[in-house]
Amino acid sequence: MADTKKVKAHREPLVHIVKRDDMPSWKAWLIRIGTIVVSIFLMGCLSMMLTERSLIDTFEIMYRGVFGRIETGSTVMLWKYLQEIAILLCLALALTPAFKMKFWNCGAEGQALMGGLAAMVCMIELGKTLSYPVLLVVVIVASVVTGAVWGLIPAVFKALFNTNETLFTLMMNYIATQIIAYYVYIVGGGSNVIQPVAEGNLPVIGNNRYLVNIITVALITVLMYVYLKYSKHGYEISVVGESQNTARYIGINVKKVIIRTMVISGAVCGIAGMLLVAGTDHSINTDTVGGQGFTAIMVSWLGQFNPFIMVLMTGVICFLRMGAAKVADTCMLNASFADIVVGIVILCVVGCEFFIRYSVKFRHGKKEVKA
Amino acid sequence: MSKQPAIELKNITKRFGKVVANKNVNLTAYRGEILSILGENGSGKTTLMNMISGIYFPDEGQIFVDGKEAVIASPKDAFEYKIGMIHQHFKLVDVFTAAENIVLGIENGKYDLKRSTGEIRKISEQYGFDLAAEKKIYSMSVSEKQTVEIIKVLYRGADILILDEPTAVLTPQETEKLFSILRNMRDDGKCIIIITHKLHEVLSLSDRVSVLRKGEYVGTVNTAETSESELTEMMVGKKIELNIERSEPKNSTDRLYVNGVTCMDRQGATVLDNVSFTAKSGEILGIAGIAGSGQRELLESIAGLQHLSSGEIFYIDPKTDKKENLRDKTPVQIREMGVRLSFVPEDRLGMGLVGNMDIIDNMMLRSYSKGHSMFLQRKAPKDLAMKIIHDLEVVTPGATTPVRRLSGGNVQKVLVGREIAASPTVLMVAYPVRGLDINSSYMIYNLLNEQKEKGVAIIFVGEDLDVLVELCDRIMVIGSGKITGIVDARMTTKEEIGLLMTKSKADGKENDNG
Repeated sequence: MADTKKVKAHREPLVHIVKRDDMPSWKAWLIRIGTIVVSIFLMGCLSMMLTERSLIDTFEIMYRGVFGRIETGSTVMLWKYLQEIAILLCLALALTPAFKMKFWNCGAEGQALMGGLAAMVCMIELGKTLSYPVLLVVVIVASVVTGAVWGLIPAVFKALFNTNETLFTLMMNYIATQIIAYYVYIVGGGSNVIQPVAEGNLPVIGNNRYLVNIITVALITVLMYVYLKYSKHGYEISVVGESQNTARYIGINVKKVIIRTMVISGAVCGIAGMLLVAGTDHSINTDTVGGQGFTAIMVSWLGQFNPFIMVLMTGVICFLRMGAAKVADTCMLNASFADIVVGIVILCVVGCEFFIRYSVKFRHGKKEVKA
Repeated sequence: MSKQPAIELKNITKRFGKVVANKNVNLTAYRGEILSILGENGSGKTTLMNMISGIYFPDEGQIFVDGKEAVIASPKDAFEYKIGMIHQHFKLVDVFTAAENIVLGIENGKYDLKRSTGEIRKISEQYGFDLAAEKKIYSMSVSEKQTVEIIKVLYRGADILILDEPTAVLTPQETEKLFSILRNMRDDGKCIIIITHKLHEVLSLSDRVSVLRKGEYVGTVNTAETSESELTEMMVGKKIELNIERSEPKNSTDRLYVNGVTCMDRQGATVLDNVSFTAKSGEILGIAGIAGSGQRELLESIAGLQHLSSGEIFYIDPKTDKKENLRDKTPVQIREMGVRLSFVPEDRLGMGLVGNMDIIDNMMLRSYSKGHSMFLQRKAPKDLAMKIIHDLEVVTPGATTPVRRLSGGNVQKVLVGREIAASPTVLMVAYPVRGLDINSSYMIYNLLNEQKEKGVAIIFVGEDLDVLVELCDRIMVIGSGKITGIVDARMTTKEEIGLLMTKSKADGKENDNG
């Protein structure tokens, strides 16, 4: 019976994975929230090992890093936290219509940078000549249009020549970064720093430099939700994303939808760049967006393309990032600590989707077939 | 006939997640007989056979080959037990010759194509195959490819052969030829198992029939002692009327006039070659042909989804008798011209519907763009969804269930329901009952007949010639993109249609190696 023995060696494995699509959504959310809690706990353990502080201490520092007061000023950190959320959320919102269309726009970083650059150029070049209201309009329009153009270019190539949009948008980021570097070099006169510009900034509401950004993004969130869910455009985006064949069958002009959606995506990215430059920084450098264009990809995915869930996701991610930065600061850790923490959490959350979609079954106590 | 069991299944159970594909199936196949496995789509026929041929491993139960228990964990194991399966979708290397494909993957022994070709010839002669061993696969017809698959299995020494829906892609003549070969093999003492859902084939070919229903074994009967209606009852679980009504067309007038349509595919090959015909109101025009002869392109041309190299498509307005040319119009333009053209495409979830959207949103596909508002109106589509669920007895948890979760029959009801709801004047349906159970199929036939009564011009692309002959008024046969004949369905026979299906090829290049 040597033959049977050989065959039995590759019989059903100990563990097998079964697809499921019957998990109720409350259970799925319980798993997701549980995962976030567990991953934060993991992160606490990591910092405990590195800093020899207690877990509670670590969390207390994190909490202070987000909700505490800056000792010297009167600004509450909370506003800074909301600002961080606003920018990340704005970028994620910008990506969402493209992603729903299965157009993998990885160019939020570059589109936002170009939007910011347009605002900067207008502020510097026209700041002295135009009156404030006109200048403000010009700044806003310029950044929206430039962001849109940066999104339009890969869309046109996709629609006409079916180029790979992932690579195309990714490469456009580097072009944007280099253009910014060049502009900073010219304006900054070799110092590689542009001094903050006073003209053409967004209005300050209630003595709070972040409030106008927060309100703008809150507005975009609601608009984007309505656009995707209730407008005809939103419906067309979903159909094109699900099946281009179906779209053609019912007479949707697929090329037009791709181009239109990417213009919107790029324009909202442009707004994010404008908020950063004209709203808070009043200056620009290659690091103005700071990689958030890439984090936004994760946010959009994790939020399952729902703007309101994305608000929660950005809340969690920004909390961790700011909290971990404070921990790193207080405990003299490297600044990369924050990146590591956010990385751990995202990895856990992405990983938990596996357990929502599949269940793992162990082979247990199955009756062996005797030969 | 010596009754020696070749293969026995005992209490075989297989689950996929929560779905039980096979439950406690017991089955015996003897040497020197042809056993049919009969069942509707989704009854677990293929799953069961895949367990014998080593693709799946049963969760419970035992398989005996020649009276000894066998553990078949891979197709390789299956070959060691001399079991060979011919799948519905062929697994051949296109750029290799028949002989190379047959020899491919045999590890022991030297690679000696000349000797192998000799052996292949011997097998061909023994059972009556026509095979040119030097011919490349890509230049072969479907039936030749199938021959290669069968010989491949025989070459490896199989004496238990399993064929999964072998006739689905064949013309009546090719089917007859295959059957005579299978009978030769049976007489040679081989055990042949064929999976099918076509009753008349079961009756003409097999010695015994085993019936599966919803994964469960219903029973086995001797073919000689059974009838179509008994087998149907076993398959469906209840008595069922198998007659399709056909009324005489009333007040038939020309509705759609296709003139000299030629169209190319992306590679520049001609897929439709000078096609001309007329579709009349109150009539069902059947289109028969081997799969991929240009049926899809023809319907898509009419629906405004294909670019024509030449030719015209005229729509004759039933009210004004005005002729309108639909050539080079997009689906939206055709709709705006007031042409009520409905189209049920072959690919239901990939073209006709969006699988991840719910029934309401799928209803909206046709109507969402109406009106000038920027926003969607969900009220009307919702009402329509509820009406279709009610009228066509769609089995669904609700109108907000994604359609991909529905069974094949219910998906088709949703699609056909939506297309009919647009009160079309021309209705095109492609393979509307493919994969459907008998009850759903008959419901679709009835819906088509209702539309015919209302004076709709119906174009029906089908694959089951029995159905085409029973349901249609006229049948147009298409072969390699050419119309090879238009016949009166009341006067014609399956054989006549079958000959027309291969006609254009026969005068081009040799087909039957005659």
